[in-house]
Amino acid sequence: MNPTNYLYLSAILFSIGAVGVIVRRNAIVVFMCIELMLNAANLAFVTFAKMNGNLEGQVIAFFTMVVAACEVVVGLAIIVTIFRSRRSASVDDASLLSR
Amino acid sequence: MTSENLVYFIALPLFSSALLMLLGRKADKWGHIFATLVSASVFVIGAMEFLAMRDRPEESRAVTQKLFTWISVGSFNVDAGLLLDQLSIAFVLLITGVGTLIHIYSIAYMSHDRDRRRFFSYLNLFIAAMLLLVLGDSYLNLYVGWEGVGLASYLLIGFWNQKPEYATAAKKAFVANRVGDLGLSIAIMIAFANFGAVSFIGIEEKVGGASETALTAMGLMLLLAATGKSAQFPLQAWLGDAMAGPTPVSALIHAATMVTAGVYLITRSNFVFDNAPNAQLAVVIIGAITLLFGAIIGTAKDDIKKALAASTMSQIGYMIMATGFGPAGYAFAIMHLLTHGFFKAGMFLGAGSVMHGMNDEVNMRRYGGLAKLMPITTITFGLGYLAIIGVPPFAGYYSKDKIIETAFNAGGVQGIIFGSTALLGAIITAFYMTRVMMMTFFGNKRWADDAHPHESPFLMWAPMAVLAIGSVASGYLLYSGKAIVNWLAPVVDKHHHEHTELLPPIVVSALAVTAVVIGVGIALAKYRGELSATAPQDVSIFTRVARRDLLQDDANEFMFMRPGQKLTEVLVKTDDKVIDGMVRGVAASTIGSARGMRKMQTGYVRNYALLILLGALAAFVAILVVTL
Repeated sequence: MNPTNYLYLSAILFSIGAVGVIVRRNAIVVFMCIELMLNAANLAFVTFAKMNGNLEGQVIAFFTMVVAACEVVVGLAIIVTIFRSRRSASVDDASLLSR
Repeated sequence: MTSENLVYFIALPLFSSALLMLLGRKADKWGHIFATLVSASVFVIGAMEFLAMRDRPEESRAVTQKLFTWISVGSFNVDAGLLLDQLSIAFVLLITGVGTLIHIYSIAYMSHDRDRRRFFSYLNLFIAAMLLLVLGDSYLNLYVGWEGVGLASYLLIGFWNQKPEYATAAKKAFVANRVGDLGLSIAIMIAFANFGAVSFIGIEEKVGGASETALTAMGLMLLLAATGKSAQFPLQAWLGDAMAGPTPVSALIHAATMVTAGVYLITRSNFVFDNAPNAQLAVVIIGAITLLFGAIIGTAKDDIKKALAASTMSQIGYMIMATGFGPAGYAFAIMHLLTHGFFKAGMFLGAGSVMHGMNDEVNMRRYGGLAKLMPITTITFGLGYLAIIGVPPFAGYYSKDKIIETAFNAGGVQGIIFGSTALLGAIITAFYMTRVMMMTFFGNKRWADDAHPHESPFLMWAPMAVLAIGSVASGYLLYSGKAIVNWLAPVVDKHHHEHTELLPPIVVSALAVTAVVIGVGIALAKYRGELSATAPQDVSIFTRVARRDLLQDDANEFMFMRPGQKLTEVLVKTDDKVIDGMVRGVAASTIGSARGMRKMQTGYVRNYALLILLGALAAFVAILVVTL
């Protein structure tokens, strides 16, 4: 199978993730979209590794997973804290900077 | 040179002035007497110094005294020092002598003024400053006195400063004097740059090695200084308004002493002018212009004090002209200065006496026929009148005659022009002084309804009588045996120049007397009959111009005041629009751009995410463009 198709899939997933981050209000959904973008990038890394025949892309995919795991921990903690104080998980409600 | 203690000349009146100012109203009861005694004691010291000086041989007559080291920078040293020589002592005697008489006069004249003590304090301040002016041994010391008399003059012209126009007159005098003072300070700088010294002796030693250009420049700057202080063309406009001051001030400062400081300055700087013929010519021209200028204004003035002020301007024009003739003229300039000090101060005091009796009326059109009611004033004023127009053997005859003679003897076409100018001035002088005399003391009575003319008290007429005696005798005393010429020769005529004679003295005297007769004759014909109490309005353009002081104020207004105001207006606008505009523009653009930028900070996470995405895309595209 032509590896370029994986790259197209990666681009489509990344775009879906980016659009989701921009248009959705629910913090959890935004968060999941970010994960989607990260994993789209991972897919691109692995594909490039396969195409070029070296392991660096694979290694970076692991790094990305580790960072994503950390980010999930910190991000979910923030979301939960905000939800506790505001009774809302909408990102638009947390717009203190505009005031 | 011997040394004596000269500091008392300045310290005594200065101390008295400060004391009267500091004590305030506590000194109201005795302040005037104290100030008069101080002035009199300075006169006594001056007289003793004069007698002592006369007994010394000629070469050791000048005495100097170093008070303290004033400025000491590198090789430049200025000592605050005093110099009393033949020239200074003449001034010291005039200042303290006439000054004391005017102090006495003022006791009575100012007796109804609640600020009499302040007046006397200023008078003593003036005496101190004027003595410092004539006793300073360097231009820098002279400058201090020069500014001091300017200050005293300002304070005294504006003594009744509750009237705004009097305060304005004081300011006008001060500003005109500042222009002249600028000349003096530049002259001092030129002296320092060229000679490295500012003392009279120091400059005189080195004057031979200096370029004529430098000397001419210094001479012209000194002349500028003299025109300011002595009310000479083109800085003459302040003197008429200075008559706003009390009459004794007009007599002392604006007739006898301060306004003659310019003559002193030029005479003292004889070593500069004698080596700068062009500057000398400028001096003569300025003097000649002013003597006619003042005389013409004098013919049109109805205010008795302004008429006398115009006459002062004209007479100082004679003195300045005489100084321009070099060693031939200095002694006669000083002689005219001294005789003028007597007769003009006497006439001003006479005018004050008339005003005193006429409810402070100054308009001569409202006088007339005062001779019977004020006999002493009439006689003393009359003697001064005979002296100023130059009737032999009164004082002015000798001094003015000598100046006219010197002018004719200047040689060539110049001599004839300047001599004729001086003669013409003598005719006009005789005319306007006769006019003053006729309008004030003779003719029909044109008094205001509430006027009750009466003779002034003893304290007022006694000084007038003394000055009248001076007006009669001083000319002969100074002239007989060439007394003043020989006395001043060591200062102003060291090399004993021989003077050529164009016309024999007897011819000049005859011409001068003829001039007097012509002037008096015209005035008698014109002002003998009945006069109206108001000035005629249907007069020729010449009379109008003369009444407006020959347009001196209009000229100043047109040439300096209006352009000055325009300039300040433009500068204010420039400051407001351009300089402040730039500052304000920076602030406004910062605020405006910040207002625009702030819109980007919405606080919504989605917006930031979009911006980051767009930025990433832009970076991506940029990389693509660069690599492809």
